[in-house]
Amino acid sequence: MSMPFYVSPEQIIKDKADFARKGIARGRSVVVMEYDGGILFVAENPSRALHKISEIYDRIGFAAVGKYNEFESLRVAGIRLADMRGFSYDRSDVSARSLANAYATTLGTIFTETQKPYEVEIVVAEVGDDRDDDQMYRLRFDGSVADEKGFVAMGGSSEDLTQILAENWRVGLTLEEALRVSVDGLGTTAAEHRRLAPDQLEVAVLDRARPRRKFKRLTTAQVSDMLPEAAPDQPDPEATIDVGIPPTGEERETEPDSGG
Amino acid sequence: MEKSLSSAYLRVSGSSFAAFLAEEATDLLPPTVASGTDLSSLAPHATTIVAATFSDGVVIAGDRRATMGNVIAQRDIEKVFAADDHTGVGIAGSAGIAVELVRLYQVELEHYEKIEGTPLSMDGKANRLATLLRGNLGLAMQGLAAVPLLAGYDTARNRGRIFSYDVTGGRYEELDFHAIGSGSYFARGSLKKLFDPRHDREAAVATVLQALYDAADDDSATGGPDLSRRIFPVVAVITADGFERVDEGEMSRAVEAMVAERHTRPDGPLAPVGGDA
Repeated sequence: MSMPFYVSPEQIIKDKADFARKGIARGRSVVVMEYDGGILFVAENPSRALHKISEIYDRIGFAAVGKYNEFESLRVAGIRLADMRGFSYDRSDVSARSLANAYATTLGTIFTETQKPYEVEIVVAEVGDDRDDDQMYRLRFDGSVADEKGFVAMGGSSEDLTQILAENWRVGLTLEEALRVSVDGLGTTAAEHRRLAPDQLEVAVLDRARPRRKFKRLTTAQVSDMLPEAAPDQPDPEATIDVGIPPTGEERETEPDSGG
Repeated sequence: MEKSLSSAYLRVSGSSFAAFLAEEATDLLPPTVASGTDLSSLAPHATTIVAATFSDGVVIAGDRRATMGNVIAQRDIEKVFAADDHTGVGIAGSAGIAVELVRLYQVELEHYEKIEGTPLSMDGKANRLATLLRGNLGLAMQGLAAVPLLAGYDTARNRGRIFSYDVTGGRYEELDFHAIGSGSYFARGSLKKLFDPRHDREAAVATVLQALYDAADDDSATGGPDLSRRIFPVVAVITADGFERVDEGEMSRAVEAMVAERHTRPDGPLAPVGGDA
């Protein structure tokens, strides 16, 4: 008769964290960035149908990397929570902070109580009346929350990306400048520099100047206009659809070796 | 309110907010108690709503009066709302029930749009309103009936459309124009004579104002424009560009012009008999 091996709790947590981190690192990156008129979301995502960026509520947006079915259910749950809160109290009572709390609790519970943690990382951002009121919360697979300022990079090569963005981001970038900085960062890794075409990008803003619902997607044409030099001059071998639901439950959303 | 997202929030099923409430928070839905008594005198009643299509879309308008029996309960109530970017809804009947219905409907449409990433079709929106209304049937049978009038710009067919409802959730598409509420008979009579599908925005707004004036003229529960208090009907124009509430300045000019004309012809514009209209 065989006895199960004893595994220490520390080891279990570490294994789960490594597992989640690896899953997330395989995905393409997402940038969330403050600009002078609000908050910009940019994802490398050639799919038109499966979004990594979403509206949650009047002032709140959502961005995610990792396993599509997992962050999709978190996205829908966030919309439900926000709409429920706004309906039972008032629209002004829905905040990114309370949503981030709910996500943190949920992800933390899933991480500790289930065999397989969620392989996701998400940002919940809220645009305020002025820049000082803007909020960005970054949530990790284990439920930890970070209150970010300026910009956030998540996904595959997020460390390189964070470094590049830190060099180029500054307070008061215009939308066009912020978009260029983001796209440039997304296309750059230690190994190569790719020029991302507008149709490989999913772009949205929380625009402070808009009435009630601040979230707005930018069309490929609008993105093209802001990235005039970004003609698809070099064919990109990696430009395959990467957020399809994989045929088997085991596969991740992306090719295995694109992480940084 | 839940601090974390319970399994019901995470379960991927459906994009209806009302259906989610029915499972998770029934206390937020209208009550379905059946007491068997007539409750109609308990709460204020909202009255007349009119809608008419025109060359660029559709216009919907409502007077500002709410009544309780012979008493004017409120003289500046608002009964026309934006349901989403391309749809407006006006309400008649039990005011509290109707306003809550609209609030739920607004969230319902936005909820679908956010979850699915695309707005409902015009027919889909009209059907959703019918379903929500059906939930109110128990209250309607006790005298707390609320009836909406839906007007929207159909971005697939590129024209304005109007839907009326009965208390059981019956849904009827109306051609050209429609009116609901206690003054609706008079408003409809007026619209019959003044409606023209070729009307531009200005003429369409003038037409619904005339219809509301005629309703207020003959129905005590419908309020006419109140020039001393500057309380004018709520009018919304819905076109391909979206829902737009006609602003105070434009309303004030249109109402004053209409009232000035009525000083010379109290019954309103004369529709031609025969010949080319």
